[in-house]
Amino acid sequence: MQIYLPIAEMSVSVFLLLGLGAAVGFISGLFGIGGGFLMTPLLIFLGIPPAIAVASQMAQIVASSTTSGLAAFRRKALDIKLASLLTVGGLVGTGLGIWFFAAARAAGQLDIVIVVSYVTLFSVVGGLMLVESLKEFWSSRKGKVRSRRRAGEHPAYLGLPLRMRFHRSQLYASVIPLLGVAFFVGFAGAVLGIGGGFIMVPALLYLFRVPTSMVVGTSQFQILWASTAALLLHAIANQAVDAVLAFILIIGGVFGAQFGARASRHLRADMFRFLLALLILGVGLRFAIELVLRPTELFSIANGG
Amino acid sequence: MRPVHAPNRFAPSGIRTALRGLAVASLVWLLAFAATQGARAEGLVISLSNHQVMITSNYTGSQVTLFGAVQRDEQTIARASGYDAAVIVRGPRVDAVTVRRKERLGPIWINRTQETFEDIPRYLAILSSRPLDELTSEIMRGRLRLDLDPTVATQMQPEEPGAVQDSGHNPDYAQALVRLRMQEGQYFEIGRGITFITPMIFRAAIPLPAGAPPGNYEVETLLFADGVLLARDITNFELVKTGFEQRVAVWAETRAAAYGFLTVLMAMFFGWIASVIFRRD
Repeated sequence: MQIYLPIAEMSVSVFLLLGLGAAVGFISGLFGIGGGFLMTPLLIFLGIPPAIAVASQMAQIVASSTTSGLAAFRRKALDIKLASLLTVGGLVGTGLGIWFFAAARAAGQLDIVIVVSYVTLFSVVGGLMLVESLKEFWSSRKGKVRSRRRAGEHPAYLGLPLRMRFHRSQLYASVIPLLGVAFFVGFAGAVLGIGGGFIMVPALLYLFRVPTSMVVGTSQFQILWASTAALLLHAIANQAVDAVLAFILIIGGVFGAQFGARASRHLRADMFRFLLALLILGVGLRFAIELVLRPTELFSIANGG
Repeated sequence: MRPVHAPNRFAPSGIRTALRGLAVASLVWLLAFAATQGARAEGLVISLSNHQVMITSNYTGSQVTLFGAVQRDEQTIARASGYDAAVIVRGPRVDAVTVRRKERLGPIWINRTQETFEDIPRYLAILSSRPLDELTSEIMRGRLRLDLDPTVATQMQPEEPGAVQDSGHNPDYAQALVRLRMQEGQYFEIGRGITFITPMIFRAAIPLPAGAPPGNYEVETLLFADGVLLARDITNFELVKTGFEQRVAVWAETRAAAYGFLTVLMAMFFGWIASVIFRRD
Protein backbone atom coordinates (compact mmCIF):
# COMPACT_ATOMS: atom_id res chain seq x y z
CA MET A 1 0.00 0.00 0.00
CA GLN A 2 1.48 3.31 -1.10
CA ILE A 3 0.92 6.60 0.68
CA TYR A 4 1.71 10.11 -0.50
CA LEU A 5 3.94 12.20 1.77
CA PRO A 6 2.74 15.81 1.41
CA ILE A 7 5.97 17.58 2.40
CA ALA A 8 8.45 15.13 0.89
CA GLU A 9 6.24 15.17 -2.23
CA MET A 10 6.64 11.50 -3.04
CA SER A 11 4.84 8.24 -2.39
CA VAL A 12 6.25 5.33 -0.39
CA SER A 13 5.03 1.99 0.91
CA VAL A 14 3.29 2.26 4.30
CA PHE A 15 4.46 -1.21 5.36
CA LEU A 16 8.06 -0.45 4.52
CA LEU A 17 7.93 2.68 6.70
CA LEU A 18 6.16 0.81 9.51
CA GLY A 19 8.81 -1.90 9.39
CA LEU A 20 11.63 0.66 9.41
CA GLY A 21 10.03 2.44 12.35
CA ALA A 22 9.63 -0.83 14.27
CA ALA A 23 13.19 -2.01 13.60
CA VAL A 24 14.81 1.29 14.55
CA GLY A 25 12.41 1.62 17.51
CA PHE A 26 13.50 -1.80 18.78
CA ILE A 27 17.17 -0.86 18.68
CA SER A 28 16.36 2.48 20.23
CA GLY A 29 14.46 0.87 23.12
CA LEU A 30 17.11 -1.82 23.56
CA PHE A 31 20.10 0.49 23.88
CA GLY A 32 18.51 3.68 25.12
CA ILE A 33 19.66 5.62 22.08
CA GLY A 34 17.59 7.75 19.74
CA GLY A 35 18.23 5.71 16.64
CA GLY A 36 18.45 8.78 14.41
CA PHE A 37 21.86 7.73 13.13
CA LEU A 38 20.23 4.57 11.72
CA MET A 39 16.92 6.04 10.53
CA THR A 40 18.25 9.11 8.72
CA PRO A 41 20.48 7.21 6.24
CA LEU A 42 17.71 4.65 5.64
CA LEU A 43 15.15 7.35 4.80
CA ILE A 44 17.59 9.12 2.52
CA PHE A 45 18.22 5.78 0.82
CA LEU A 46 14.46 5.57 0.12
CA GLY A 47 14.76 8.85 -1.76
CA ILE A 48 13.35 11.20 0.87
CA PRO A 49 15.16 14.57 0.75
CA PRO A 50 17.83 14.68 3.51
CA ALA A 51 16.45 17.76 5.29
CA ILE A 52 12.97 16.19 5.49
CA ALA A 53 14.38 12.82 6.58
CA VAL A 54 16.41 14.38 9.41
CA ALA A 55 13.51 16.56 10.57
CA SER A 56 10.66 14.03 10.36
CA GLN A 57 12.43 11.15 12.09
CA MET A 58 13.02 13.50 15.04
CA ALA A 59 9.28 13.02 15.78
CA GLN A 60 9.83 9.30 16.15
CA ILE A 61 12.71 9.96 18.53
CA VAL A 62 10.40 12.21 20.59
CA ALA A 63 7.77 9.43 20.73
CA SER A 64 10.10 6.55 21.51
CA SER A 65 12.01 8.52 24.12
CA THR A 66 8.69 9.52 25.74
CA THR A 67 7.77 5.84 26.01
CA SER A 68 11.19 4.73 27.25
CA GLY A 69 11.48 7.69 29.59
CA LEU A 70 8.07 6.94 31.16
CA ALA A 71 8.88 3.24 31.44
CA ALA A 72 12.20 4.03 33.11
CA PHE A 73 10.49 6.50 35.42
CA ARG A 74 8.04 3.82 36.59
CA ARG A 75 10.85 1.36 37.14
CA LYS A 76 12.73 4.08 39.02
CA ALA A 77 15.53 3.63 36.48
CA LEU A 78 15.88 7.34 35.85
CA ASP A 79 18.08 9.87 37.60
CA ILE A 80 16.07 13.06 37.08
CA LYS A 81 18.71 15.28 38.68
CA LEU A 82 21.48 14.00 36.43
CA ALA A 83 19.19 13.99 33.37
CA SER A 84 18.16 17.63 33.98
CA LEU A 85 21.77 18.72 34.23
CA LEU A 86 22.60 16.90 31.00
CA THR A 87 19.58 18.49 29.29
CA VAL A 88 20.79 22.00 30.15
CA GLY A 89 24.26 21.32 28.77
CA GLY A 90 22.76 19.61 25.72
CA LEU A 91 20.48 22.50 24.78
CA VAL A 92 23.39 24.97 24.84
CA GLY A 93 25.37 22.58 22.63
CA THR A 94 22.43 22.19 20.23
CA GLY A 95 22.14 25.95 19.79
CA LEU A 96 25.85 26.34 19.00
CA GLY A 97 25.75 23.25 16.78
CA ILE A 98 23.00 24.76 14.64
CA TRP A 99 25.04 27.94 14.29
CA PHE A 100 28.12 25.90 13.28
CA PHE A 101 25.99 23.91 10.81
CA ALA A 102 24.91 27.12 9.06
CA ALA A 103 28.49 28.43 9.02
CA ALA A 104 29.89 25.22 7.51
CA ARG A 105 27.15 25.19 4.90
CA ALA A 106 27.90 28.80 3.98
CA ALA A 107 31.56 27.85 3.56
CA GLY A 108 30.56 24.94 1.30
CA GLN A 109 32.28 22.40 3.52
CA LEU A 110 29.28 20.79 5.19
CA ASP A 111 29.48 17.44 3.39
CA ILE A 112 33.03 16.70 4.38
CA VAL A 113 32.44 17.91 7.95
CA ILE A 114 29.50 15.54 8.32
CA VAL A 115 31.07 12.45 6.76
CA VAL A 116 34.39 12.80 8.53
CA SER A 117 32.66 13.45 11.87
CA TYR A 118 30.50 10.37 11.38
CA VAL A 119 33.48 8.16 10.64
CA THR A 120 35.64 9.57 13.43
CA LEU A 121 32.95 9.61 16.12
CA PHE A 122 31.50 6.20 15.35
CA SER A 123 34.85 4.47 14.87
CA VAL A 124 36.42 5.97 17.99
CA VAL A 125 33.39 5.51 20.26
CA GLY A 126 32.56 2.06 18.86
CA GLY A 127 36.18 0.92 18.88
CA LEU A 128 36.79 2.00 22.47
CA MET A 129 33.62 0.30 23.63
CA LEU A 130 34.47 -2.89 21.76
CA VAL A 131 37.96 -3.06 23.28
CA GLU A 132 36.49 -2.48 26.74
CA SER A 133 33.86 -5.17 26.19
CA LEU A 134 36.37 -7.72 24.96
CA LYS A 135 38.59 -7.06 27.97
CA GLU A 136 35.59 -7.63 30.17
CA PHE A 137 34.73 -10.92 28.43
CA TRP A 138 38.35 -12.00 28.67
CA SER A 139 38.66 -11.37 32.39
CA SER A 140 35.34 -13.06 33.20
CA ARG A 141 36.52 -16.07 31.16
CA LYS A 142 39.58 -16.25 33.40
CA GLY A 143 37.33 -16.20 36.41
CA LYS A 144 38.42 -12.81 37.66
CA VAL A 145 35.73 -10.34 38.48
CA ARG A 146 36.88 -6.87 37.58
CA SER A 147 35.24 -4.58 40.04
CA ARG A 148 33.84 -1.64 38.11
CA ARG A 149 34.16 0.66 41.05
CA ARG A 150 36.74 0.58 43.73
CA ALA A 151 36.34 2.63 46.86
CA GLY A 152 38.47 5.75 46.88
CA GLU A 153 39.51 5.42 43.25
CA HIS A 154 38.11 8.06 40.92
CA PRO A 155 39.26 9.62 37.70
CA ALA A 156 40.67 13.10 38.31
CA TYR A 157 38.03 14.91 36.22
CA LEU A 158 35.30 13.89 38.66
CA GLY A 159 37.12 15.79 41.39
CA LEU A 160 36.98 19.22 39.74
CA PRO A 161 35.18 22.00 41.62
CA LEU A 162 31.37 22.33 41.78
CA ARG A 163 30.80 18.77 42.87
CA MET A 164 27.27 17.45 43.07
CA ARG A 165 25.88 14.27 44.53
CA PHE A 166 23.62 12.08 42.35
CA HIS A 167 22.18 9.44 44.68
CA ARG A 168 20.40 7.38 42.05
CA SER A 169 23.51 7.08 39.91
CA GLN A 170 25.82 6.55 42.90
CA LEU A 171 27.83 9.43 41.58
CA TYR A 172 29.54 12.29 43.35
CA ALA A 173 31.15 14.33 40.66
CA SER A 174 31.94 17.80 39.43
CA VAL A 175 29.29 19.25 37.10
CA ILE A 176 32.02 20.56 34.77
CA PRO A 177 32.78 17.27 32.95
CA LEU A 178 29.08 16.34 32.96
CA LEU A 179 28.06 19.64 31.33
CA GLY A 180 31.01 19.32 28.98
CA VAL A 181 29.91 15.92 27.73
CA ALA A 182 26.29 17.06 27.41
CA PHE A 183 27.43 20.15 25.49
CA PHE A 184 29.51 18.03 23.13
CA VAL A 185 26.63 15.61 22.57
CA GLY A 186 24.21 18.45 21.81
CA PHE A 187 26.71 20.09 19.47
CA ALA A 188 27.52 16.91 17.55
CA GLY A 189 23.85 15.98 17.47
CA ALA A 190 22.82 19.25 15.88
CA VAL A 191 25.64 19.16 13.31
CA LEU A 192 25.05 15.53 12.37
CA GLY A 193 21.26 15.61 12.69
CA ILE A 194 21.15 12.88 15.33
CA GLY A 195 20.00 12.66 18.96
CA GLY A 196 23.44 11.83 20.29
CA GLY A 197 22.39 8.96 22.55
CA PHE A 198 25.13 6.80 21.16
CA ILE A 199 27.71 9.19 22.61
CA MET A 200 25.80 9.87 25.83
CA VAL A 201 25.26 6.21 26.75
CA PRO A 202 28.93 5.15 26.54
CA ALA A 203 30.02 8.41 28.20
CA LEU A 204 27.75 7.74 31.19
CA LEU A 205 28.84 4.10 31.28
CA TYR A 206 32.57 4.50 30.95
CA LEU A 207 33.47 8.06 31.92
CA PHE A 208 31.15 8.41 34.89
CA ARG A 209 30.58 4.76 35.80
CA VAL A 210 26.83 5.29 36.10
CA PRO A 211 25.10 1.93 36.69
CA THR A 212 23.76 0.33 33.49
CA SER A 213 20.26 0.24 34.99
CA MET A 214 20.25 4.06 35.24
CA VAL A 215 21.98 4.85 31.96
CA VAL A 216 19.16 4.06 29.52
CA GLY A 217 16.42 5.96 31.37
CA THR A 218 18.63 8.98 32.03
CA SER A 219 19.85 9.13 28.45
CA GLN A 220 16.28 8.79 27.11
CA PHE A 221 15.10 11.67 29.30
CA GLN A 222 17.82 13.93 27.94
CA ILE A 223 17.13 12.78 24.35
CA LEU A 224 13.43 13.58 24.79
CA TRP A 225 14.13 17.28 25.36
CA ALA A 226 16.93 17.52 22.82
CA SER A 227 14.79 15.95 20.08
CA THR A 228 11.74 18.06 21.00
CA ALA A 229 13.84 21.20 20.60
CA ALA A 230 15.26 19.93 17.30
CA LEU A 231 11.83 18.97 15.95
CA LEU A 232 10.42 22.43 16.73
CA LEU A 233 13.44 24.16 15.19
CA HIS A 234 13.16 22.08 12.03
CA ALA A 235 9.43 22.77 11.74
CA ILE A 236 9.79 26.53 12.29
CA ALA A 237 13.06 27.29 10.55
CA ASN A 238 13.07 24.81 7.66
CA GLN A 239 9.42 23.70 7.35
CA ALA A 240 10.89 20.29 6.70
CA VAL A 241 8.74 18.15 9.03
CA ASP A 242 6.47 15.76 7.14
CA ALA A 243 3.67 14.96 9.58
CA VAL A 244 2.42 11.96 7.58
CA LEU A 245 5.91 10.44 7.46
CA ALA A 246 6.40 11.22 11.15
CA PHE A 247 3.07 9.60 12.04
CA ILE A 248 3.86 6.30 10.29
CA LEU A 249 7.37 6.15 11.76
CA ILE A 250 5.94 6.83 15.23
CA ILE A 251 3.35 4.04 14.96
CA GLY A 252 6.03 1.54 13.93
CA GLY A 253 8.53 2.96 16.38
CA VAL A 254 6.44 2.90 19.57
CA PHE A 255 5.80 -0.83 19.18
CA GLY A 256 9.41 -1.57 18.32
CA ALA A 257 10.65 0.51 21.25
CA GLN A 258 8.43 -1.42 23.69
CA PHE A 259 9.85 -4.74 22.66
CA GLY A 260 13.33 -3.28 22.65
CA ALA A 261 12.94 -1.95 26.19
CA ARG A 262 11.62 -5.32 27.35
CA ALA A 263 14.46 -7.17 25.65
CA SER A 264 17.01 -4.89 27.30
CA ARG A 265 15.88 -6.14 30.72
CA HIS A 266 16.80 -9.70 29.73
CA LEU A 267 20.11 -8.71 28.29
CA ARG A 268 23.24 -9.16 30.40
CA ALA A 269 25.05 -5.91 31.03
CA ASP A 270 28.32 -7.03 29.42
CA MET A 271 26.46 -8.37 26.38
CA PHE A 272 24.55 -5.07 26.15
CA ARG A 273 27.77 -3.08 25.96
CA PHE A 274 29.31 -5.50 23.48
CA LEU A 275 26.34 -5.36 21.09
CA LEU A 276 26.10 -1.57 21.31
CA ALA A 277 29.82 -1.33 20.51
CA LEU A 278 29.36 -3.59 17.47
CA LEU A 279 26.40 -1.55 16.23
CA ILE A 280 28.19 1.79 16.51
CA LEU A 281 31.42 0.48 15.01
CA GLY A 282 29.42 -1.11 12.16
CA VAL A 283 27.79 2.19 11.23
CA GLY A 284 31.16 3.94 11.43
CA LEU A 285 32.76 1.35 9.12
CA ARG A 286 29.88 1.67 6.67
CA PHE A 287 30.53 5.42 6.37
CA ALA A 288 34.29 4.84 6.18
CA ILE A 289 33.86 2.40 3.29
CA GLU A 290 31.67 4.89 1.49
CA LEU A 291 34.39 7.49 1.94
CA VAL A 292 37.27 5.35 0.70
CA LEU A 293 35.80 3.31 -2.15
CA ARG A 294 35.63 4.87 -5.59
CA PRO A 295 31.95 5.82 -5.99
CA THR A 296 30.13 4.39 -9.02
CA GLU A 297 28.54 7.79 -9.61
CA LEU A 298 30.88 10.71 -9.10
CA PHE A 299 28.16 13.31 -9.50
CA SER A 300 25.34 14.21 -7.18
CA ILE A 301 22.58 16.80 -7.45
CA ALA A 302 20.88 18.92 -4.83
CA ASN A 303 18.15 21.51 -5.22
CA GLY A 304 19.30 24.96 -4.27
CA GLY A 305 22.38 27.02 -5.05
CA MET B 1 8.98 1.97 -19.54
CA ARG B 2 9.32 2.18 -23.26
CA PRO B 3 12.80 2.32 -24.78
CA VAL B 4 14.53 5.62 -24.36
CA HIS B 5 16.43 7.05 -27.29
CA ALA B 6 19.23 9.39 -26.50
CA PRO B 7 19.75 12.12 -29.06
CA ASN B 8 22.89 11.71 -31.08
CA ARG B 9 24.96 14.60 -29.78
CA PHE B 10 28.16 13.31 -31.26
CA ALA B 11 27.31 13.38 -34.95
CA PRO B 12 30.35 14.16 -37.07
CA SER B 13 30.52 17.81 -38.00
CA GLY B 14 30.35 16.99 -41.72
CA ILE B 15 26.96 15.40 -41.32
CA ARG B 16 25.88 18.23 -39.06
CA THR B 17 26.79 20.80 -41.72
CA ALA B 18 25.04 18.77 -44.37
CA LEU B 19 21.92 18.49 -42.22
CA ARG B 20 22.00 22.19 -41.51
CA GLY B 21 22.25 22.87 -45.21
CA LEU B 22 19.36 20.56 -45.86
CA ALA B 23 17.23 22.20 -43.18
CA VAL B 24 17.94 25.71 -44.43
CA ALA B 25 17.29 24.61 -48.03
CA SER B 26 13.99 23.00 -47.19
CA LEU B 27 12.94 26.02 -45.15
CA VAL B 28 13.77 28.34 -48.03
CA TRP B 29 11.95 26.02 -50.39
CA LEU B 30 8.90 25.94 -48.16
CA LEU B 31 8.81 29.73 -47.79
CA ALA B 32 9.18 30.21 -51.54
CA PHE B 33 6.48 27.66 -52.18
CA ALA B 34 4.14 29.26 -49.65
CA ALA B 35 4.72 32.69 -51.17
CA THR B 36 4.01 31.66 -54.77
CA GLN B 37 1.06 29.39 -54.09
CA GLY B 38 -0.54 31.47 -51.31
CA ALA B 39 -1.09 28.20 -49.53
CA ARG B 40 -1.76 28.21 -45.83
CA ALA B 41 0.30 26.06 -43.49
CA GLU B 42 -1.26 23.48 -41.23
CA GLY B 43 -2.90 24.42 -37.97
CA LEU B 44 -2.72 22.43 -34.77
CA VAL B 45 -5.53 21.76 -32.30
CA ILE B 46 -4.51 20.29 -28.96
CA SER B 47 -6.60 18.93 -26.12
CA LEU B 48 -5.47 17.45 -22.81
CA SER B 49 -7.46 14.77 -20.95
CA ASN B 50 -7.30 16.94 -17.84
CA HIS B 51 -5.86 20.31 -16.93
CA GLN B 52 -5.68 19.54 -13.24
CA VAL B 53 -4.21 16.33 -11.88
CA MET B 54 -5.06 15.75 -8.22
CA ILE B 55 -2.64 14.29 -5.68
CA THR B 56 -4.54 12.28 -3.10
CA SER B 57 -3.16 10.17 -0.24
CA ASN B 58 -2.89 7.06 -2.41
CA TYR B 59 -1.33 8.90 -5.36
CA THR B 60 1.30 6.77 -7.06
CA GLY B 61 1.80 8.73 -10.22
CA SER B 62 -0.59 9.57 -13.00
CA GLN B 63 -0.91 10.14 -16.70
CA VAL B 64 -2.20 12.96 -18.86
CA THR B 65 -3.37 12.11 -22.35
CA LEU B 66 -2.85 14.62 -25.12
CA PHE B 67 -4.91 14.60 -28.31
CA GLY B 68 -3.83 16.57 -31.33
CA ALA B 69 -5.46 17.20 -34.67
CA VAL B 70 -3.82 18.63 -37.78
CA GLN B 71 -5.96 21.29 -39.43
CA ARG B 72 -5.86 21.67 -43.19
CA ASP B 73 -7.97 23.35 -45.79
CA GLU B 74 -8.14 23.06 -49.58
CA GLN B 75 -5.21 25.38 -50.08
CA THR B 76 -2.83 23.46 -47.83
CA ILE B 77 -0.29 21.55 -49.85
CA ALA B 78 -0.32 17.77 -49.85
CA ARG B 79 2.30 15.99 -47.79
CA ALA B 80 3.56 12.82 -49.33
CA SER B 81 5.42 11.52 -46.29
CA GLY B 82 2.85 12.26 -43.61
CA TYR B 83 3.20 14.21 -40.36
CA ASP B 84 5.40 13.82 -37.31
CA ALA B 85 4.81 15.28 -33.90
CA ALA B 86 6.81 15.95 -30.76
CA VAL B 87 5.65 17.00 -27.30
CA ILE B 88 7.91 18.69 -24.75
CA VAL B 89 6.60 18.76 -21.17
CA ARG B 90 8.42 21.03 -18.73
CA GLY B 91 7.58 20.69 -15.05
CA PRO B 92 7.86 23.36 -12.34
CA ARG B 93 11.26 25.04 -12.15
CA VAL B 94 13.66 25.21 -9.27
CA ASP B 95 15.68 28.40 -8.88
CA ALA B 96 18.93 26.49 -8.75
CA VAL B 97 20.30 22.98 -8.86
CA THR B 98 23.81 22.26 -7.65
CA VAL B 99 25.70 19.44 -9.36
CA ARG B 100 28.69 18.26 -7.34
CA ARG B 101 31.54 16.06 -8.44
CA LYS B 102 33.48 13.79 -6.10
CA GLU B 103 37.23 13.71 -6.38
CA ARG B 104 39.93 11.78 -4.62
CA LEU B 105 41.68 13.63 -1.81
CA GLY B 106 44.31 11.40 -0.21
CA PRO B 107 42.58 8.14 0.65
CA ILE B 108 39.03 9.49 0.58
CA TRP B 109 36.46 10.62 -1.98
CA ILE B 110 34.79 13.94 -1.30
CA ASN B 111 32.79 16.54 -3.20
CA ARG B 112 35.41 18.89 -4.57
CA THR B 113 33.90 20.80 -7.46
CA GLN B 114 30.41 21.96 -8.21
CA GLU B 115 28.37 23.88 -10.75
CA THR B 116 25.05 25.57 -10.21
CA PHE B 117 22.37 25.49 -12.87
CA GLU B 118 19.69 28.13 -12.60
CA ASP B 119 16.00 27.92 -13.44
CA ILE B 120 15.94 24.20 -14.23
CA PRO B 121 12.70 22.20 -14.60
CA ARG B 122 12.36 19.37 -12.11
CA TYR B 123 10.51 17.34 -14.72
CA LEU B 124 11.28 17.21 -18.41
CA ALA B 125 9.70 14.81 -20.89
CA ILE B 126 10.04 14.64 -24.64
CA LEU B 127 7.66 12.41 -26.55
CA SER B 128 7.77 12.04 -30.28
CA SER B 129 6.19 9.99 -33.04
CA ARG B 130 9.67 8.90 -34.17
CA PRO B 131 13.02 8.93 -32.39
CA LEU B 132 14.26 12.52 -32.31
CA ASP B 133 17.27 11.94 -34.54
CA GLU B 134 14.95 10.63 -37.27
CA LEU B 135 12.44 13.39 -36.71
CA THR B 136 14.44 16.45 -37.61
CA SER B 137 17.97 17.74 -37.92
CA GLU B 138 20.20 18.38 -34.94
CA ILE B 139 20.33 22.10 -35.64
CA MET B 140 16.54 22.18 -35.76
CA ARG B 141 16.35 20.27 -32.48
CA GLY B 142 18.67 22.82 -30.91
CA ARG B 143 16.52 25.72 -32.13
CA LEU B 144 13.32 24.06 -30.97
CA ARG B 145 14.87 23.10 -27.60
CA LEU B 146 14.08 19.47 -28.40
CA ASP B 147 16.73 18.12 -26.08
CA LEU B 148 16.72 16.61 -22.60
CA ASP B 149 19.69 18.81 -21.71
CA PRO B 150 17.93 21.31 -19.40
CA THR B 151 20.37 24.09 -20.21
CA VAL B 152 19.25 23.76 -23.82
CA ALA B 153 15.63 23.16 -22.90
CA THR B 154 15.29 26.28 -20.77
CA GLN B 155 17.29 28.86 -22.66
CA MET B 156 15.44 31.57 -24.45
CA GLN B 157 14.66 31.17 -28.10
CA PRO B 158 17.69 32.48 -30.02
CA GLU B 159 17.07 35.65 -32.00
CA GLU B 160 18.94 34.49 -35.08
CA PRO B 161 17.70 31.26 -36.62
CA GLY B 162 20.26 28.55 -36.22
CA ALA B 163 22.23 30.34 -33.53
CA VAL B 164 22.31 27.97 -30.60
CA GLN B 165 23.33 29.74 -27.42
CA ASP B 166 26.20 28.41 -25.41
CA SER B 167 25.04 27.93 -21.83
CA GLY B 168 28.58 28.35 -20.49
CA HIS B 169 28.35 25.16 -18.46
CA ASN B 170 30.78 22.29 -18.39
CA PRO B 171 29.06 19.62 -20.51
CA ASP B 172 30.09 16.90 -18.02
CA TYR B 173 27.97 18.53 -15.33
CA ALA B 174 24.99 19.13 -17.63
CA GLN B 175 25.13 15.49 -18.73
CA ALA B 176 25.39 14.31 -15.12
CA LEU B 177 22.34 16.41 -14.25
CA VAL B 178 20.33 14.80 -17.06
CA ARG B 179 21.62 11.32 -16.20
CA LEU B 180 20.72 11.61 -12.51
CA ARG B 181 17.32 13.08 -13.27
CA MET B 182 16.72 10.22 -15.72
CA GLN B 183 17.61 7.73 -12.98
CA GLU B 184 15.02 9.41 -10.76
CA GLY B 185 12.51 9.02 -13.60
CA GLN B 186 11.92 12.78 -13.78
CA TYR B 187 13.60 13.29 -17.17
CA PHE B 188 12.83 10.99 -20.05
CA GLU B 189 12.47 10.68 -23.77
CA ILE B 190 9.94 8.36 -25.39
CA GLY B 191 10.95 7.96 -29.01
CA ARG B 192 7.64 6.51 -30.12
CA GLY B 193 5.44 8.02 -27.43
CA ILE B 194 3.09 9.68 -29.92
CA THR B 195 0.73 7.56 -31.98
CA PHE B 196 -1.03 8.78 -35.10
CA ILE B 197 -4.53 7.31 -34.86
CA THR B 198 -5.34 8.60 -38.33
CA PRO B 199 -2.91 10.49 -40.59
CA MET B 200 -4.33 13.70 -39.11
CA ILE B 201 -5.00 12.84 -35.47
CA PHE B 202 -2.46 11.84 -32.87
CA ARG B 203 -2.43 10.86 -29.25
CA ALA B 204 0.29 10.94 -26.56
CA ALA B 205 0.22 9.60 -23.00
CA ILE B 206 2.36 11.82 -20.77
CA PRO B 207 3.46 9.79 -17.73
CA LEU B 208 3.76 11.54 -14.35
CA PRO B 209 5.87 9.46 -11.95
CA ALA B 210 5.00 9.35 -8.24
CA GLY B 211 7.86 11.75 -7.47
CA ALA B 212 6.80 14.35 -10.03
CA PRO B 213 6.76 17.74 -8.30
CA PRO B 214 3.44 19.55 -7.84
CA GLY B 215 3.06 22.72 -9.86
CA ASN B 216 2.50 23.94 -13.37
CA TYR B 217 3.48 21.80 -16.36
CA GLU B 218 3.98 23.46 -19.73
CA VAL B 219 3.11 21.26 -22.71
CA GLU B 220 4.58 22.33 -26.04
CA THR B 221 3.44 20.43 -29.14
CA LEU B 222 5.35 20.63 -32.41
CA LEU B 223 4.15 19.41 -35.78
CA PHE B 224 6.62 18.39 -38.47
CA ALA B 225 6.60 17.15 -42.02
CA ASP B 226 9.83 16.09 -43.70
CA GLY B 227 11.82 17.38 -40.77
CA VAL B 228 10.38 20.88 -41.08
CA LEU B 229 8.37 22.56 -38.34
CA LEU B 230 4.83 23.37 -39.49
CA ALA B 231 2.97 24.40 -36.37
CA ARG B 232 3.44 24.85 -32.67
CA ASP B 233 1.02 24.95 -29.73
CA ILE B 234 1.55 25.58 -26.02
CA THR B 235 -0.87 24.59 -23.31
CA ASN B 236 -0.47 23.51 -19.70
CA PHE B 237 -1.78 21.42 -16.86
CA GLU B 238 -1.36 21.56 -13.13
CA LEU B 239 -0.39 18.87 -10.64
CA VAL B 240 -1.96 19.84 -7.32
CA LYS B 241 -2.22 18.43 -3.81
CA THR B 242 -5.79 18.18 -2.60
CA GLY B 243 -7.71 17.68 0.64
CA PHE B 244 -5.64 16.52 3.60
CA GLU B 245 -2.34 16.55 1.72
CA GLN B 246 -2.85 20.14 0.68
CA ARG B 247 -3.89 21.27 4.17
CA VAL B 248 -0.82 19.64 5.73
CA ALA B 249 1.46 21.33 3.21
CA VAL B 250 -0.19 24.73 3.73
CA TRP B 251 -0.09 24.48 7.54
CA ALA B 252 3.54 23.44 7.52
CA GLU B 253 4.34 26.62 5.65
CA THR B 254 1.95 29.22 7.04
CA ARG B 255 1.62 28.10 10.66
CA ALA B 256 5.04 26.59 11.15
CA ALA B 257 5.20 27.01 14.95
CA ALA B 258 1.74 25.56 15.58
CA TYR B 259 2.45 22.75 13.14
CA GLY B 260 5.71 21.97 14.96
CA PHE B 261 4.00 21.98 18.38
CA LEU B 262 1.23 19.73 17.07
CA THR B 263 3.80 17.28 15.71
CA VAL B 264 5.59 17.26 19.08
CA LEU B 265 2.27 16.71 20.90
CA MET B 266 1.32 13.90 18.51
CA ALA B 267 4.69 12.22 19.09
CA MET B 268 4.47 12.53 22.87
CA PHE B 269 0.84 11.36 22.88
CA PHE B 270 1.64 8.19 20.97
CA GLY B 271 4.69 7.62 23.12
CA TRP B 272 2.52 7.90 26.23
CA ILE B 273 -0.26 5.68 24.76
CA ALA B 274 2.32 3.00 24.02
CA SER B 275 3.66 3.08 27.57
CA VAL B 276 0.07 2.71 28.88
CA ILE B 277 -0.84 -0.13 26.52
CA PHE B 278 2.31 -2.07 27.25
CA ARG B 279 2.33 -1.46 30.95
CA ARG B 280 2.51 -4.78 32.70
CA ASP B 281 2.61 -3.92 36.38
